[in-house]
Formats: sequence, structure tokens, C-alpha cells
Amino acid sequence: MSNHQALGGRIFTGPFFVLLVIFVIGGVFMVERFTEGMGAVSNLNGGFAWGIWVVYDVMIGTAFSCGGYALAFMVYVFNKGQYHPLVRPAVLASLLGYALGGFGAFFDMGRFWQFYEIFIPGNWNFNSVMLEVGLCVTTYIVVLALEFAPALLEKLGLDSLLKALNKVLFLLIALGVLLPTMHQSSLGSLLIAMGHKVHPLWQSLHMQPLLALLTALIMGFSIVIFEASTSAVGFGRKSESPLLTKLGKVIIGLLVAFLLIRLIVLIVQGKLGLIFSFDFASMMFLLEMALFIIPVFILLSPVRRERGSQLLIAAMSMLMAGTLYRFSAFLFTFNPGPGYNYFPSVAEIMITLGIVALELMAYLVLVKILPVLHHEKHA
Amino acid sequence: MKRRDFLKATLGSTAATLCTVAEARPNLDPAPQAVGMLFDSTLCVGCKACVSKCKQVNDMPPVIDGDKQSWDSARDLSGDTLNVIKVYREGDAKTKDSETNGFCFEKRSCMHCVDPGCVSVCPCNAMRRDKLTGIVTHHADVCIGCRNCMVSCPYNVPQFEYNELFGQIQKCQMCNQAGVERIDKGQMTGCAEVCPTGSTLFGSREALLQEARRRMELKPGEIYNYPRGDVRNPYSYHEKPVPTYKQHIWGEKEAGGTNVLHISAVSFDKLGMPPLQERSSASIAETVQHSVYSYLALPALALAGLSYTVRKNIREEDNGGEQ
Repeated sequence: MSNHQALGGRIFTGPFFVLLVIFVIGGVFMVERFTEGMGAVSNLNGGFAWGIWVVYDVMIGTAFSCGGYALAFMVYVFNKGQYHPLVRPAVLASLLGYALGGFGAFFDMGRFWQFYEIFIPGNWNFNSVMLEVGLCVTTYIVVLALEFAPALLEKLGLDSLLKALNKVLFLLIALGVLLPTMHQSSLGSLLIAMGHKVHPLWQSLHMQPLLALLTALIMGFSIVIFEASTSAVGFGRKSESPLLTKLGKVIIGLLVAFLLIRLIVLIVQGKLGLIFSFDFASMMFLLEMALFIIPVFILLSPVRRERGSQLLIAAMSMLMAGTLYRFSAFLFTFNPGPGYNYFPSVAEIMITLGIVALELMAYLVLVKILPVLHHEKHA
Repeated sequence: MKRRDFLKATLGSTAATLCTVAEARPNLDPAPQAVGMLFDSTLCVGCKACVSKCKQVNDMPPVIDGDKQSWDSARDLSGDTLNVIKVYREGDAKTKDSETNGFCFEKRSCMHCVDPGCVSVCPCNAMRRDKLTGIVTHHADVCIGCRNCMVSCPYNVPQFEYNELFGQIQKCQMCNQAGVERIDKGQMTGCAEVCPTGSTLFGSREALLQEARRRMELKPGEIYNYPRGDVRNPYSYHEKPVPTYKQHIWGEKEAGGTNVLHISAVSFDKLGMPPLQERSSASIAETVQHSVYSYLALPALALAGLSYTVRKNIREEDNGGEQ
């Protein structure tokens, strides 16, 4: 019935132990955060209220987790069933990424002990973008868990539950496309209210949600290529290259749309001159542009597109581009005014790395014990 | 075929929503009985009586810097400081209210925006603008500590108590928070009450704006009778030659205006005020948000379209349909 199989093999490998060490170090600081308070472990301050916990774990971490979203779009909405082998691993990666994004958000929550206040309808402020993000991301984590549940149910042999779940699967998949569209665009909208603190090169006002959504899709497709390529190498499996090549063609459209909108906004807002001021912000902007343009050239060439290594370079370039776009807007060029500086503390960095390590460990274990990856013969 | 179905559904829902798109949300208007303060930088002598009174009213400890134990040395707003006096210095800093080789004082406290960003972005309605007085208050009992108010405040006013495990957001609530309620009781703010020079005046926004405009009209050097306390009913006056005011009332229009107004002889960008447009960021953010999420109509239509398309495609695949 299922075309997926568990990889099997040893769980406690070398890479696993390295990740475990990183997680344990992060874990020590996590304990400190919840016993001594945020001030004891972080460099957050009155001007920089959002540091790497919010910006990396939530803004960027969830974009890295858009593989499930991007593929659901292809497979179920545009009916490109041939991408099916990529779906389940992508959904697992998305589930882990979002769940740990939520975990990271909890670390960052100043009043974590009353986090539930955001779930009480009487409190809701419908003008708030943050409300949309909070509720939508939470719902999506549940949806992802249900989307991934078949893998667990197959393993446990719970066929009747599996059948019941399959009946409503269409609704879950539809939500799996709708919800990320909503909150990924909202992550961009958060920047609007931050006004002048966001550097002019990143303050696109009305276009914030669209640009954020495009980067989410670009990063979503890139992470699928990245995961498929690396698991082909890492687990010694046959590459899904032909499929990935076709995926590359879809991405060109998204990249061109992003670059055009980004530049048109700057022209309309009369900010083109800022690009060539060669200060820190302008350098970050130029680097970001380069990282978005390199993959266009790779993917446009049929010869390069066919080569796995070139495809991987394109994917990594796009992941860095999207990461830099969000980092620059929310943190690198964010300017709350005179008197405030921020650089993350060792503890902040280690907590974030610990969360990433936990995510990777969970992925490595789950693909070995649950039917996640596609049968080789079908690939 | 399928793609066309999807496009049809999407276009249909988009068209439906475009017809109902929320009109651009303009800046909010001042509250009907808006109260505020007028800070005249040229009158401030930097005594920090307001800082001390503020701590007394809000029951907050002084900030001690090194061995200067005798006075509160807070340099900026924090979880323990809701009002602070900062100094501007240039060159030899000898002449008061001169941009070059001069100095002056500037107050930092909540500006009580007419269209407050902190209220707009708060997911849980923990930041509220009073319908009548326009005073912006914080309600920690429903706050989750996301700190969106901090990053969305043009003036970096809301401050989180990072040094406490169970900290909260602190900000000036114009002495009208539950348990204090000085304004409701007919009193004025603590800082205005103790200000010896009338540098900080209390009053209705309208009366304060009139007073500020009057001062803009004065000729430098002439003697003006400056009021102290509540501008509508001053408890005393003092005479002083008029300085050369910058023709700019901060808070009349900036980002929709503020209930706390500032005037000065040194330009506001030198005093660390942010570069603001007349339109509030909150009004732009809400316009975008409500265009997409008005009554959840667009998401609901999109979900219907997506469910239909996905279901159809799954069935075809199960029936061994085209790949």
C-alpha cells in the first residue's frame, strides 16, 4: 500500500553524537533561561527586543521548513504527482522545523507561563499581525502532525485509523497550502508596523507580505532540493535528480518575480541611490541580490540544471539569499535609534544551535524507524 | 485542466475579495477628551525632579551608576525607569539651547501616540488606548511577552524587565493605571506636578497645542509669562525671556500625532527623535492586514477552492489517472 520504507540501520552514529553534544550544551543554557531569566542569558535590550531567537528560529527557521508547503502546492494543487516521492520527507522536515520554531518562540516569550492568553478569543486583537502569525503557525503545526501521521500509523499497523485519516486528507492538504501562505506572508507584514526602524532598502510597506511569501516558496523548494541531494549522498541512495531538475524550472519564475518586485518597489519609492552608497546596508543588499541572481543563471542553463552539484549550489545560494533577506530586514540593518546595539550572546547562539541540533537528530532517527523515504525502485 | 480549475477558483475568490477590499485605514483621530503633556526643552534645567516623582508614583527603585549614590542616574528608559531626562551636548557645551557649542535637556517618556503602534500590533489587547482620554495603558495580565510593542514603538518606550524571570512590560501610563488613577481623580501627572519650571505641563491635548502654537509666535528675547502645572489652570507662573524656538511642534503630526508634545530650540533629529512621516505605520499595517483578512473571507474562499482542487487531484491519482 505504501511506497515508503524505513531506512533502518544504527541510530547512534558519529554525526548523531556530535549533534547530541551541541544539544546538551544548548540545553544547559535553556535551563538557565528558565531559572535566571532572559536577561541572564541574552543580549536583548530595550531597542533590540527581537534577537536571533525570534529572527532565526521563527522568521528563518519556518522558511527553511517550507518544503512541505512548496511540494504540497506542486503535487496536490497543480497535480504534478511525479513529485510524490519527495513529499513525505519534506513534510517531516517541515513538521520538525515548525515545531522547533514554536519551541524557540517559547524561549523568547517574555511571559511564557501565560502563553495561552493568545489562544483566548476574548483577548484577540484583529488588527494584530502577530495574532495571525501565532494562531496560524500553531494550527499549521497540528496540520503537519496529521499530514505526517500516516507514516506512524503504517508503522503501527493501525489501518482503520489510517483509512479515516485518508478520508479527510484532502482538507489537511488544502490547509497545508493555505496556512503557510497566510503566516509566511504575515511574517513580512510584521515589518510594516516597525516603520522607520526597518532600513529603507527592506521597508517595502505594502509589498512586504508578497516578498516574504516569495522567499518562503523559494526557500521551500530549495530545501527540498537540498534535502533530497544530501540524503542521496549521506544515506547512499539513488538521486532524484530528474525530478529536482524540473523543480528547478519552477523556481526560476519565483526568483524572477521576487527580483522584479524588489527592484520596482525601490524605484517607485525612489530609493535606488541607497543601493550604491556602499555602506553596510548597501553591501548586505548587493550580497543578497547576488545570492538571488546566481541560481537564476544556473537554473536557466539546461546543461547546468541537469548536474546535481550545480543544482545543489543553486539551492544553497537561494537558502542563503532568503536567510539574508530576513536577517537583514529584522536584525542586521534594523535600527531602533541611537544608544542601542545588539550582538547575540554565546548562550543565545548555543540555544539556537541546540534547537537546530535537536531537529536534525529527530530527522535522522525518524527516517530510520518510520516509512518516510521513498522506495528506491520507484525513484 | 486541473490547473485551469485551480486558477478559476483562485481568480473567483480574489475577485470576490477585491470587491470587498477594506478601504485604506487613515490615521486615527485624537481621542475626544485627549489629555497629554507639553515638554518645553528650553525651560528644562535638568533637575530630574520628574524622574524622582515618577519613581515614587510607580514604586520603582532608583538606578545607581557607580558610586554616585545621591541621585538617580538612569540614562535611559528601562523596566525601572518610565521617564528620563537626557542631555544634548555639542562642542564646548557652554550655551543653553544652542545647537553648536551648546547643551539642552530632553525628556523621554511615553508619547501616548494618537495612533499607537504598540496597541495596533499587540496580539492579546494587552496595550490599550483609552477611548476618552487617549492614554495608552498596559495590562500585563494578558501579555505573553512577545515584545512586538517594543519593536513597533517609534520611540522605544515599552521596556521589558529582562532581569526578572517573571518580568513584564513597563511604560508610562500617564499616572492613570489601576491603583494610581491620578487623572481620573482630577489630578495631573506626577512629573508635571513637580516640575519647578513648567517645562513639563499637563493639560488637554487641545489646550497644550494652543499653548505650543502661542510660543511659536513669540519673538525671541521678549518676556513671556510661563505657566506651571496644568496649562488650563496653572498653579503659578514665572517670567522668562523667550528663546529662539524651532518652528516645529513635535507630536502635532508625526505618525498621526502624539498626546505628549515637545518644543525645543534644538532640532529634534539632534535630540534623537525618530525620522517619522505623517502617516502612522500602524495605519498602513492594518490596511494591508484587513485587505487580506476582512471577515476571513479570502482565506475561507481560498480554502474552499483548494479543498476542491486537492480532492479532485487525489481521486484522479487513486484511480491511476494521469501523472
